[in-house]
Formats: sequence, structure tokens, C-alpha cells
Amino acid sequence: MRELKSRIWPSWFLVSRKLKSEPEGQRFPRVVPAGDSAILIELGSEVDPEISSMVFALTDLIKDAGLNSDLEILPTYRSVLVYYDPLVCSYAEMFDAVNDAVEGLVEPINVNNSLKIVEIPVVYGGDDGPDLHFVADHAGITEDTVIELHSGTDYRVYMLGFSPGFPYLGGLDERIAAPRLKTPRVLVPAGSVGIAESQTGVYPNAGPGGWRIIGRTSVTLFDVNSSTPSLITPATKVRFIPVGQHD
Amino acid sequence: MTKTSDRSIQVVRCGFMALVQDQGRFGFQELGVSVSGAADKEALDVGNILVGNLPGSAALEVMLGDFEIEFIESMMFALTGAETEARLDDVPVGRNLSYKAHAGSRLSLSNVGQGLRAYISVQGGIDTPIILGSRSTHITSGIGGFEGRALRPGDVLKVGRPELGDEYLSRCWGGGESPTDELNVRVVLGPQDDEFSESGIETFLSSVYVVSDQSNRQGLRLEGSAIESRNGRYDIVSDAVVNGSIQVPGDGKPIILLSDRQTTGGYLKIATVASVDIPRLGQASPGNRITFSSVSVEESQQLFIERQDKLSSSINELVGDQFFLRVSDTDISVGMAVSGSAEIVVLDGIAYPIIVDEFIPD
Repeated sequence: MRELKSRIWPSWFLVSRKLKSEPEGQRFPRVVPAGDSAILIELGSEVDPEISSMVFALTDLIKDAGLNSDLEILPTYRSVLVYYDPLVCSYAEMFDAVNDAVEGLVEPINVNNSLKIVEIPVVYGGDDGPDLHFVADHAGITEDTVIELHSGTDYRVYMLGFSPGFPYLGGLDERIAAPRLKTPRVLVPAGSVGIAESQTGVYPNAGPGGWRIIGRTSVTLFDVNSSTPSLITPATKVRFIPVGQHD
Repeated sequence: MTKTSDRSIQVVRCGFMALVQDQGRFGFQELGVSVSGAADKEALDVGNILVGNLPGSAALEVMLGDFEIEFIESMMFALTGAETEARLDDVPVGRNLSYKAHAGSRLSLSNVGQGLRAYISVQGGIDTPIILGSRSTHITSGIGGFEGRALRPGDVLKVGRPELGDEYLSRCWGGGESPTDELNVRVVLGPQDDEFSESGIETFLSSVYVVSDQSNRQGLRLEGSAIESRNGRYDIVSDAVVNGSIQVPGDGKPIILLSDRQTTGGYLKIATVASVDIPRLGQASPGNRITFSSVSVEESQQLFIERQDKLSSSINELVGDQFFLRVSDTDISVGMAVSGSAEIVVLDGIAYPIIVDEFIPD
């Protein structure tokens, strides 16, 4: 396994990551087992738009390669996990196939320009956004400016997780970054839009949550009875549109 | 009313927790949907084979016994997983064997011995709606199973049409090991084992860990020696997790992720449990002791392949000694056997539980 790990990567990879001089940068990409039924390709260790673009480009390459008819692929902030059936395919075979896909990553990686934008109408503040006041205070700006900054960006979907359809969105204006609640709320209503540090996201379903809630949407984000259950997917961007009241 | 349209069972009594589970909900993890599925997949697989179901069929996962169902129609069933005291209308029923239950009879489970979760499989499978490709219940998100929740008394569960027809004969499984209080769990190190110090890995592989009572279907929390990371950091930018991922949060105490895990996690993962050992973790109770030993990914895959082979080859039709059973002055030639503490009678290849009043040799 050790010798498999020492595979030589295309030189542009490290150069393009501007990480050649940093010891951290030398470690990626790396392909390692996640048990006997999944293989993990780590492309970095940070939240970074460039790493994220590579994650989705690699996910597409692996899907296109059709390595295994029923495999499931899980892209995250910084890695791609590929499930496989050890009764059908050995680790060594999977390792080679995945490496071929990694080598297929070519510069420049710019997958996000053509992404579909999902518009989410949001009622900011009041009962729908109980923490809008806190976020404004924390930032030392008015509530209206918070709304302007939050709705003025097209957010990149880094991944979905935590609960079905919950998007981790990147690109929040640092001025409105805010710490999580010390004690999470027992019940956050479905559609609540929140901020946690420099991330923003929407709770598709009611449930417990520790993010600062600044608004709420009435749009259905996740429908288990649909064949495309999630409105927001890793292949979309998200834009929040301020509205006065819910439809 | 046709015979197959009204196949169902009704929950009569439900103590701790009972859930509809199948192999799990795959294909939607990238949308944040938990896989869920049976915590002891081996028990699920065996149960399905015993009653002649396809591998994907759903069964009832019953935690800690104290559960009773009524068979609305006659059907074959099997009990697998944890050891319980089970009775079909007051007649003891054994594990790992398929029986026929008559319409109106009641199956009750009580007093779990070894293990935590018993499985009731019925011929045709539990037929709740398929949500995102699976019938598995994920309670946290309210998806799947019976209305997205744990079962309650009075719930009526539809049962599917038998895949292999009504003539399917009883079978028994000879490969069953009883769950134990002490488990040695084989693991494949990684994906982030290099983020731990040498002494951290040594601690992990040489310590005895105890299953905490904070454990559930999402994961087993373990108490024991803290595992040291390489640079004191345990948090990472979220990364995918799998069934059996062993993550180590800031307190250094490992958590083994199981069926109801979230799809991603923000802690370092020191190792992943070998697939062959994951079902045993689904039977681990608070207080059970766990040690870990490291195997290569190739060994882990080989163990899994061997286990799958053994699984199908150790399920057989019943061969019992032939006896005459005197029922209302008529002698019937039957097979009889003992399954655990339960006695069965085999009529035309189908097993029924019985109580033997008197055994008269020729």
C-alpha cells in the first residue's frame, strides 16, 4: 500500500495550487482506503474555491469513467469518496482506476461558471430571522447592510450534509461572519437561513441547530417524493433574494 | 379478497424501539441523505434468505425485545440477530430458522440475552413505501419506514408478495455465532491515520474500550484511553464518512459511526472497521468491551469475500429425524428437531414450533 501511495502526480497540480513551497501542499492529492468498500481522494485540507472546483471536476471524471455500475460518489469540501463493492473489484483495481481519473484533471479547472443559479426568496429579520440583530451588532453595521451583503453574492455549494438537502455555502462576506450559538436551538423552523463563522446555509427541514438565523424562506428545499429531491445540489449556485413577506 | 392482497402484520406491543430496515438508502449521500439500514446487516441477510426473500427486502429491527406482532395472514417468518425469549402463541421459537405462522397467531419477543437487536423477517418482506430507493427508517430526518418513525402498537404493516411462491420450505442457518460481550474488531487504518502520533496509534490498537450508554444507531461512543493526534488537532474540514468510520474528536475517545451516521464529519478518522465486523457492532451494548486490531485493506476484503461465501453455503433445508406424531389418534410421520431451547415439528418441509407433552419411544 505504501508504494502505491507514492505515485507521481502531474507537476502542474502542485504548481497550480501555489502550494509547492508549503509542506502541507506536498501531501495532496492522495488516494487512500476508507475501509474495504470505499476509496478516498483527498485534494486538500482547507475550504478553498479552487480545491472545491477540483473536487467537482474529479467527481464528474469518475462518474464518466463508469468504474462500477452501482457506485456512489460523495464529493465534500476537499475530497471525493468513491464506494465500490469488494466482491466485484479489489482495492488495487480501484486505486488504479481512480488514479487515472485524477490524472485526467486538466488545467484550467473552471467548472463553476456555467452552474445553474437557484434563487431563494428570503424574509430577513423579525420572527423569521431572530439573530439578524445579533449579526448586525457583531459586525457593527445596520441590519439592512447585513441583508444587502448576504443577498449580494452568488454562493458556491461546497457540499450537502448535516441533514438531507442542507447546503454548505461558501463565499459569505467576511464582514457578516458570526459565531455559532453557544447552545443550539432545539427547533429551527424549516427554511431558516443561517450563518456559522464564514459559512451560510439553509435548513431544509425543521430540527435542532446552532447557526445564527437571519431569515427564512418558504421554498421547499427537499422533497423525498421527488426523483430530484434536493432543489440545491452540488451542481448549483445559490442566490438569496430579499422579499417582504412569504408567498 | 385475494390471498396476496391483504398480507399484513400488526404491532401489538412495542417496548423500546422497533424500526423497518433494509440494506440502506444508497445513492443520495451527496444530497446529505443518511444511508441508515439494518445495524446488523448479516442478521438481515440471513433472515431474508431463511424466508426466501430477495436481499433488499425489509425486516423489523427490534431493540431490546419487549415486542409483539400479530400475523393477519398465514406466512413464513424468521428471527435472527440478538438472542431473545421468543414465543409464537406461547410456544417457544428459536433463532435462525424459518417457521410458518398461522393467521391470527402472535409472535412475542422478551428478555434479550446476548446482543441488542433482533430481526423479524417475513416472507415477502415488510412493504412500506420505498422512499429514495429504500424502505429503511431514518428517524432523525423522518424518512422511510412506517411514516418515517419508530413503530407503535396498532400500526398495520403491509407484507409483500412472496418472491419464491408459497411452496418455499423452511431453512436453518448453521453459521450463526452468538453475539458476545467482548469483541475484537478488525480495522483498516486510515484515511487519516497519519494525523495521529505513533503513540496515539499504539494506544488505539492496544487499549480496551468500553461501549458508552451514549451510543445509538448513529454511532458507538467508546470510553477508554485518549488517542493522541500528531499536532493536538482533531478537527478537520468536513470529509466523507462511511459505515464503520472511527473518528476521534477532541477528547481523544473514538466514536465508531454506524447506519444512521451523517454523510460527512469534521473529525479525524483513525481507521475504518472491516465490513465483516460491522454487523457485530450493531449488536454491541453499553458496557461491552472492544479491542482493535489492524489488517490490510486486502485482508479486510478477503475476510468479507469469505464471509459472503460462507453465508449462503451454511443455510440449509431442515433434516430432522423422522418420528410419528399422534394427533387425535392419528399417527403422522414428521421430522422433529431442536433449535436452541425451542422444539420444532417439520411437516412437508415447513417448520412449526411445538411443545412436546410426552415423548414415547417405540
